[in-house]
Amino acid sequence: MIKKRSIHRINYHILVIVFGSVMIYPLIWMLMSSFKETNTIFRNVSKLIPDKFIVENYINGWKGFGGVSFGTFFKNSFIVTITATVGAVFSSSIVAYGFSRFQFKFGKPLFVCMLLSMMLPYQIVMVPQYIMFNKLGWSGTYLPLTVPYFFGQGFFIFLIMQFIDRIPRELDEAAKIDGCSYYAIFSKIILPLISPACITSAIFSFMWRWDDFLGSLLYLNKPTLYTISYALKLFCDPSSTSDYGAMFAMAVLSILPIMVLFIAFQKYLVDGISTSGLKG
Amino acid sequence: MKHKTFKSWINQRDTVGFICTLPFTIGFLAFTLIPILASLYYSFTDFTILSKPNFVGLKNYIQLFTRDKDFLQSLKVTIYYAVVSVPLKLIFALIVAMLLVKSTKLSAIYRAIYYLPSIIGSSVAVSVLWKRMFASDGILNSLLAVVGINTNFPWLGNTKTAIWTLIILAVWQFGSSMLIFLAALKQIPSSLYEAARVDGAGPLKLFINITLPMLSTTIFFNLIMQTITAFMAFTQCYIITGGKPLNSTLFYAVYMYQQSFDYSHFGYGAAMAWIMLIIIAAVTLIIFKTSDRWVYREGEQ
Repeated sequence: MIKKRSIHRINYHILVIVFGSVMIYPLIWMLMSSFKETNTIFRNVSKLIPDKFIVENYINGWKGFGGVSFGTFFKNSFIVTITATVGAVFSSSIVAYGFSRFQFKFGKPLFVCMLLSMMLPYQIVMVPQYIMFNKLGWSGTYLPLTVPYFFGQGFFIFLIMQFIDRIPRELDEAAKIDGCSYYAIFSKIILPLISPACITSAIFSFMWRWDDFLGSLLYLNKPTLYTISYALKLFCDPSSTSDYGAMFAMAVLSILPIMVLFIAFQKYLVDGISTSGLKG
Repeated sequence: MKHKTFKSWINQRDTVGFICTLPFTIGFLAFTLIPILASLYYSFTDFTILSKPNFVGLKNYIQLFTRDKDFLQSLKVTIYYAVVSVPLKLIFALIVAMLLVKSTKLSAIYRAIYYLPSIIGSSVAVSVLWKRMFASDGILNSLLAVVGINTNFPWLGNTKTAIWTLIILAVWQFGSSMLIFLAALKQIPSSLYEAARVDGAGPLKLFINITLPMLSTTIFFNLIMQTITAFMAFTQCYIITGGKPLNSTLFYAVYMYQQSFDYSHFGYGAAMAWIMLIIIAAVTLIIFKTSDRWVYREGEQ
């Protein structure tokens, strides 16, 4: 009986590991290829481990194109992503506090608008926003990629609200009796308690903004402004390079920040998805 | 409703809720509601980058549905993509979730591995990789050569297979649906299974009579969210196939982008946006009709 069960267990692990390996094989392949000599990558595809590990691809790729290095693209991406993320998390938590704790005129219809905004594809507002931002002279700046996120984002508001709903109202009332204003209650009591939800929101926001391609495609018009996702697309166009080694090296670097976040904060991501149905 | 000072007004209970949600109100008006209404207006005009919007009535809509073959093609391609990739993705997600629900020492690592593609799947890096994977001299053909199948079949250049490279990419990202299923599976009381086992039910019966019904709302919710996501898909198609060959992979969002920005047909693009909105609204309405059920359960825990 025991023997049969342990065979069963080994089979289970083999199945899960084999299937998992097939899934991440393309990623491992890309990582390994980034260390291979460019001219050997496609000559010897099936060989996963490079004959010798080289870092030239990273050095060559880093030079970028049009005289702008990948250092600039990374810096740009960090500026846009961090600005938008800080704005999104901070505004979303205040808005969540308002929805969760207070009843006010038009509060209900506004809440429905918030839920609707979660379902709304960006493409619906793409054309009019583009026209609006152009009229404001925002094209060619980071404003269209950051400012809209300072007004709360539906998914994060929804996620943070679920956390606030679980905080007992007695805490608020006790603080009120002690002379705290409603705003002080938010900053002194609610905000520290919802920090897990804020971290989850921040990670998702970072990943989405870092990966955002369409925004950069629409609004950025100078290589010195390009974010990493847009720069990588241009770098990998067949017309600009056939250096596959450099291409894969930069592709690997471009997903590195997200990988680091994923490994460091996996628990927050899993919790966020499981409690709110957020899509990754 | 008169308050002595601004300070006492701003600390009024009714006011606080209004002020805290004010960022959302302003943002919603400025970046969502007004643009949507502007879009509706533009959709009835011949607005381009060169000409001011002139009212042309339903001309854009009539042209889309009667004369624009590419539009009908993009609608067809996108619906096909959604109808094939979403159920496949959910079936995979459910199978893997049921495998991983059993907790072992390695569960956390397994979960991470299966979830990883979801995290990075929509990045440009993966699109670039995908393009090389299915190129005629790419990874797939080289791997096939190892097992003795020598081919330089252009997976991306064939009208039958190109769409499948995008479907595979979508299915590959089943991780987030899997996590939602995993959370839902863990909430099914084990007493239900025990009782059924006592009655002599086999694994298949347990799955059909307990697991599926208990997951029905989660499946439904996933189905709708993933369908919306599929309808919005842009980056993958734009980078990997660019709608080629012969528009066989022309996604709705990509065609809308081409019309709006490559040809600067703002009015026409706005009409496409509104048709997309109506389709999404129909889908969303179904969610709200059933939302009581899944929202309630989420709030329970």
